[in-house]
Amino acid sequence: MRTPIAYFLLLSAILFAMGSASVLLRRNALRIFMGVELQLNAVNLSLVAFSRMHQELDGQILAFFSMVVAAAEVVVGLAIIVALVRRTSTTDVDQAGVLRG
Amino acid sequence: MPLDNVVFWVFAPLSVATGIGMIVVRSAVHAALFLVVNLFTIAVMYLLLDAPFLFAVQIVVYAGAIMVLFLFVIMLLGVDRGDARNERLFGQRTTAVILAAAIVAELAAAIRAGVGFATRAPEGFDAVNAGGNPSALADVLFRDYFFPFEVTSILLIVAAVAAMVLALRRSRALTQREIEEHAGDDLEALAVAPPGAPEQVREPTP
Amino acid sequence: MIDLIGLIVAIPLVVAGVNMLAGSRLASGPSSRRSRWNGWFATGAMTLAFVIAAGALLELLSLPAEERTRIVTVAEWIRAGAASVSLDLRVDPLSITMAMVVTGVGSLIHLYAIGYMEHDERPWRFFGYTNLFCAFMLVLVLANDFLLLYLGWEGVGLCSYLLIGYWSDRPDAARAAKKAFITTRIGDVLLMLGLFVMWVHFGSFEFDTVLGHEGVLPEVAAGTATAIALLLLGGAVGKSAQLPLHVWLPDAMAGPTPVSALIHAATMVTAGVYLVVRSHALFEVSEVALTVVAVVGLAGALYGGLASIGQYDMKRSLAYSTMSQLGFMFLAAGLGFYPVAISLLVAHACYKALLFLTSGNVMHGLHDEIDVRRLGGLRRDMPWTAALFAAGALSLSGLPPFSGFFTKDAILDLASHDGRTWAYVLGTIGALISAWYIARLFFTAFLGTQRYEGHAHEATPLMRAPLVALAIGGLFIGLWLAFTPEGRLATFLEPTLGPLEEGTAGPSTPVLIAISVVATLIGIAVAWSLYRPRNAERWISFPEREPGMAGVLGHAFYVDGMYAWVVGNVGLRGARALAWFDGAVIDGAVNGVGRLALGAARLAPIWQSGKVRRYALSFLAGGAALLLYAAVRV
Repeated sequence: MRTPIAYFLLLSAILFAMGSASVLLRRNALRIFMGVELQLNAVNLSLVAFSRMHQELDGQILAFFSMVVAAAEVVVGLAIIVALVRRTSTTDVDQAGVLRG
Repeated sequence: MPLDNVVFWVFAPLSVATGIGMIVVRSAVHAALFLVVNLFTIAVMYLLLDAPFLFAVQIVVYAGAIMVLFLFVIMLLGVDRGDARNERLFGQRTTAVILAAAIVAELAAAIRAGVGFATRAPEGFDAVNAGGNPSALADVLFRDYFFPFEVTSILLIVAAVAAMVLALRRSRALTQREIEEHAGDDLEALAVAPPGAPEQVREPTP
Repeated sequence: MIDLIGLIVAIPLVVAGVNMLAGSRLASGPSSRRSRWNGWFATGAMTLAFVIAAGALLELLSLPAEERTRIVTVAEWIRAGAASVSLDLRVDPLSITMAMVVTGVGSLIHLYAIGYMEHDERPWRFFGYTNLFCAFMLVLVLANDFLLLYLGWEGVGLCSYLLIGYWSDRPDAARAAKKAFITTRIGDVLLMLGLFVMWVHFGSFEFDTVLGHEGVLPEVAAGTATAIALLLLGGAVGKSAQLPLHVWLPDAMAGPTPVSALIHAATMVTAGVYLVVRSHALFEVSEVALTVVAVVGLAGALYGGLASIGQYDMKRSLAYSTMSQLGFMFLAAGLGFYPVAISLLVAHACYKALLFLTSGNVMHGLHDEIDVRRLGGLRRDMPWTAALFAAGALSLSGLPPFSGFFTKDAILDLASHDGRTWAYVLGTIGALISAWYIARLFFTAFLGTQRYEGHAHEATPLMRAPLVALAIGGLFIGLWLAFTPEGRLATFLEPTLGPLEEGTAGPSTPVLIAISVVATLIGIAVAWSLYRPRNAERWISFPEREPGMAGVLGHAFYVDGMYAWVVGNVGLRGARALAWFDGAVIDGAVNGVGRLALGAARLAPIWQSGKVRRYALSFLAGGAALLLYAAVRV
């Protein structure tokens, strides 16, 4: 492979940043959640890249587990969002200010 | 020009573009679709990095299952309309942009210091992938990572149960009076909704 | 008997305690009878103490002169690490002399007070305080070390406060008591500092260590000795009402007259003289200190005399007179004639107490009238009192062959022979003024036409008896003790105070005696011409004719006013500044901490807005910061 590993890692960093931006900038709960998924994927990418670089499979295993857990997390998270929307009749997270101090 | 280089330089910008698209578009459905394409591009990256199994799993699980779930919920809740233009939290937009840029810069610096921009990965991965990637993965998975594997299986069961519980809507028996009062309405919604809850889902107010 | 010397202190102390705790039950019936019981009890204690003191004196006399110092240990007192101070009483000629004065004159005054305080509501309180005072005074004079002396010093200060303010419902008495205590406190602080320096240098408070013994001077540099001596002098100045800490004494006359006689004539105010005389070794090592003592004494003598002339209140006049006489004692000590200072102390105790008690008779007989402008012609209604006052006046004035002559004159005589011309001249002027002021009091109050209403009743025999004893003592004790270097007292005190050397400078003794007698007579003559019965109108109207001069003399050169102004203005401003500082800075700091906490507490909830996206921002910001750290480090 001729592309330097660093480029993959850099791509991963950019994707992570974009995921964070989505988390911070959107008010819709689902779009925030999508940003989180993008973050996870970015990290998975960097894991696989490192695995390739160090000539070990552990990175890929870890990425695999990450995907499994992400799936479970999505399931539960979406259930929560559904319950929340039923409660507050809006997906705007700013309205769900129950944690106010 | 080496093939993997070409592939990379096609799909990497695509990845970034779809990412930006996901953030920017107003409709939630469009954002989900952009994300799907993004996940595809990442899958291709996996392929480039000699992880064919993950390439497949990514497409099947992530793009295929998770994003479909997302779309289901979006459709279920009917929250398609976009957020309002103005940002009600002071300084949130600016800080977010700055943060994102900072993260990229810091990571770039860390990468440069740690790995170096010119390093290329070692030539072959075949020794590691002996017997095919899935086979090799299985070897490591069921031997060294057996315990985490079992734990994640429990995790999946727990997640499923939790989802069922959270999504459960208990309905109550409606009184005769209520049935007569609300004749023509959605009696199911009335049976489920707690008394006094609003029945319409509100859009995020502009 | 010497070994029982501790009883001298213990007996009055115990009786004081009994009187104060159970005195109200000891006596019952009308107040006059009650005061008799408490008073006799207290007087008995003092008399017993006198007997013990006399016994100790006799025992001391039976010893050869070199061995006349005995130390009686009562108990171990303080032990702090390696340092320890034990409760030792010292029986030597000087302390026994002082003890005799305190117990002797004290007993007589107690006896007098039985009659004087007969209308008092709670006599046990009075006699308890007076016995307590005597106990402390005896501790002071019998102490073998400076710390115990200081204990007695503080104790008499306390009792003085209690007794001056005895009639606590009178605002002037309460104020005077406070003034006395606070003014002497300034002196006490100086004394305490002197004790500190003493301890640092010597590591001990005992007389034998600090003052040297058997003729050997203590080992101390002149500088340190000066420091200690001047600090001790500071204490003495406060207690003995010398310049500049004298302002409390005239006001202290607001207390009952027996108190004025006991504390402010015979005993407490002499404590300063005793301290200086006892510590003379230290003063001698320092070259400067003795001169300061003499100057302070001389200034006080003249100042007190002049102020006494300007007072119309008899007791106040006598108070300034006391200050003046004490000044003479300090002058004697400052010139090095310690035995003479002590003999003046002894004689003064007798005749000043007598003078105060006779003015007490006047007050008792005329319902507390004591202003000479409203007296006059008292010899007709109160012949005994007049005669007794005259006796005291004769003693004070310095006419031979009475005590004043032998004691005060001795100082001037020795000064002149020592070549101290200035001291001699100024001292003679002071003696002249003394004769003037005491003759003034006699002429204005007891002679001439009666200016008061009604009839003054003479004192009871019970009150007269002690006065007669004091009169005899006052008149003739000087003669008996004699002032010459070979005199009885000087010889007796020689082991403690060193030999009294008489120089040969200046005019011979007969000449000096003649000058002194002439000066006294001039003083009396001036007083006669000013205050004879014929000129009553003139001197009574003096304040209207010459308000300036009358004011200066009457207010004792406005020293008191000056102090009040300084304290009132400077002191008050300083106090206000400190109060502001306390409120603004210190309280401000304390409150500021509170306000800071509150402010911080108000800031914190800003971040708990309940907005999830804000929280997410915090997470990511924190993560970015950590990343930054990791990136920079690597």
